Amino acid sequence: MDLFEYQARDLFEAHNIPVLGGAVASTAAEAEAAAASMGGKVVVKAQVKIGGRGKAGGVKLAESAADARVKAEAILGMDIKGHTVHKVMIAQAAPIAEEYYMAILLDRANRNFLVMASVAGGMEIEEVAHSQPEKLARVGIDPNVGISQAQAIEIVKAGQFPAEVIDQVADVLIKLWAAFVAEDATLMEINPLVKTEDGRIVALDGKVTLDDNASFRHAAHADLEDHASANPLEAAAKAKNLNYVKLDGEVGIIGNGAGLVMSTLDVVAYAGEKYGVKPANFLDIGGGASAEVMANGLSIILGDPDVRSVFVNVFGGITACDAVANGIVQALEILGDKATKPIVVRLDGNNVLEGRRILNEAAHPLVQQLETMDGAAAKAAELAAK
Amino acid sequence: MAIFVDENTKVIVQGMTGSEGTKHTGRMIKSGTNIVGGVTPGKGGQVVEIEGKQLPVFNSVAEAVAATGANASVVFVPPKFAKAAVIDAIDAQLPLCVVITEGIPVHDSAAFYAYAATKGTTRLIGPNCPGLISPGKANLGIIPADITGPGKIGLVSKSGTLTYQMMFELRDFGFSTAVGIGGDPIIGTTHIDALRAFQDDPETEAIVMIGEIGGDAEERAAAFIKEYVTKPVVGYVAGFTAPEGKTMGHAGAIVSGSSGTAQAKKEALEAAGVAVGKTPSETAALMRKLLGK
Repeated sequence: MDLFEYQARDLFEAHNIPVLGGAVASTAAEAEAAAASMGGKVVVKAQVKIGGRGKAGGVKLAESAADARVKAEAILGMDIKGHTVHKVMIAQAAPIAEEYYMAILLDRANRNFLVMASVAGGMEIEEVAHSQPEKLARVGIDPNVGISQAQAIEIVKAGQFPAEVIDQVADVLIKLWAAFVAEDATLMEINPLVKTEDGRIVALDGKVTLDDNASFRHAAHADLEDHASANPLEAAAKAKNLNYVKLDGEVGIIGNGAGLVMSTLDVVAYAGEKYGVKPANFLDIGGGASAEVMANGLSIILGDPDVRSVFVNVFGGITACDAVANGIVQALEILGDKATKPIVVRLDGNNVLEGRRILNEAAHPLVQQLETMDGAAAKAAELAAK
Repeated sequence: MAIFVDENTKVIVQGMTGSEGTKHTGRMIKSGTNIVGGVTPGKGGQVVEIEGKQLPVFNSVAEAVAATGANASVVFVPPKFAKAAVIDAIDAQLPLCVVITEGIPVHDSAAFYAYAATKGTTRLIGPNCPGLISPGKANLGIIPADITGPGKIGLVSKSGTLTYQMMFELRDFGFSTAVGIGGDPIIGTTHIDALRAFQDDPETEAIVMIGEIGGDAEERAAAFIKEYVTKPVVGYVAGFTAPEGKTMGHAGAIVSGSSGTAQAKKEALEAAGVAVGKTPSETAALMRKLLGK
């Protein structure tokens, strides 16, 4: 889960990482009140989970509380690269002397965590890595060892920070590591980390990604979820514990196993080129899927107004094809007249003959079976054609 | 021969007394795997009967190894307790630990991977993987044993169901070993480890490598193939149509910006001389062509 900037700020604050005053507002009136309680100049910042909001006009300096209201009015509801602004953060304005960079992230290639620190901040770190690589320290961290004071200082020095801020920045790095571990994060980035004119080191903007697999030990993380911009179908699927991603095509997809479902999307996309159709979603009903899971999945997909045909592609490993077939039959019984879209089914593997027999016997007018994945994909694409 | 597991593999099941553990222990026994016991902390001393076999339960992997001579484990322990289970196996210097569990926090995987790397005595496979099968010899995990039999093809894949699909497509050839390495961001055994083992295995004649979006493991595997692998390799990559920034089922399957795309992986593999199929069936056809059948 990616967090909004204001959530990252609050999380940093909770872990004693120095931040400036900040509050979130959903309306212009709330923005004005927040600015009034902070006093002085504030920055009104669009809360969207995408970069480039400054260039898009989503970050504005406000001279007063009344001005914050005007700026918030302009920013709220803006569309930034397809993301609607539902909230703004009101941040204390501070005179900035220098901008730095610091991040800790999961390093898949090296199978550990990576610290990056640089005296060059405020821009994309890829740009720094490209144009001024000597100013970027990249150090792998053993998760069982962590970062010592001495190592933190070494990293900060390698990032070419000026001597007078090394201790302060190293202290932030140690706190950031503690927060990274405590919150089960896969990314914590501070960009920029600034030195204010009065010599303080402060995290001015942050990006945080939390590991969804660790939610069982972080009850509080559930409150960080963004319900406002969640796709309603994705939300409904999540409530049913289904692994679903909405896409922008017309062929609904259900399969078992992430790899097979990704592959199914591809095969449908190739087959759909001829008919001008694409996959409408990703839905993995997982290993050992029961009839109930199948029924839940099918009702989500049939509830998607963009879907014109459905392709159920199952290779039974642990999942038994008869359970899948029963799930399809049950789902269609539950849905009754609401099910109006053709369903192409390809079953193979564990208990395939029984699965095919169940569907043949049910002989539902919407359901047809094909024996190969490619053949079934072509049929589903053809049925979705306008 | 085969890679990583064969008829000499003696297996303990960590989490055998849980429902998933019991179910899959039965399936593994039925497919000819030499299961010698289980580990569930706190339940040591019990004996469980599965598929007509009396299986002792131990409190720790070290105890199980001392009593049974086990040289591999399969982990079915829930995510919350998986880290402790894997560390237990590493502490016992077990040569192989196959972690089936899905949903382990990546900080836990990072910790046990680093621990295993430091100790240097345990090969980890997974987590979030279907395990591996050397048909007719050993089956550690959840891969269905009845898809195909022993043969000359080696297979390594991030995905379980795509492994099954590919084994099914090439069932008339059979497999030396099929390894599911898992779809998590941090995994123990990589494509490269399996490719190296297949290259060195005299029984394996050709290799199928299945990848998917996310990370750069396939790109690194491609560089390794170019440098080390002389046996024919065909490849498949899933996720050409996956949108940027969305996790597609597997925790590791995500395109971030322009990195981790299926297209980049395909190109890297092709540049290394690997024939890459657009679909699983096309990939199987490429393998048939390579084997001249």
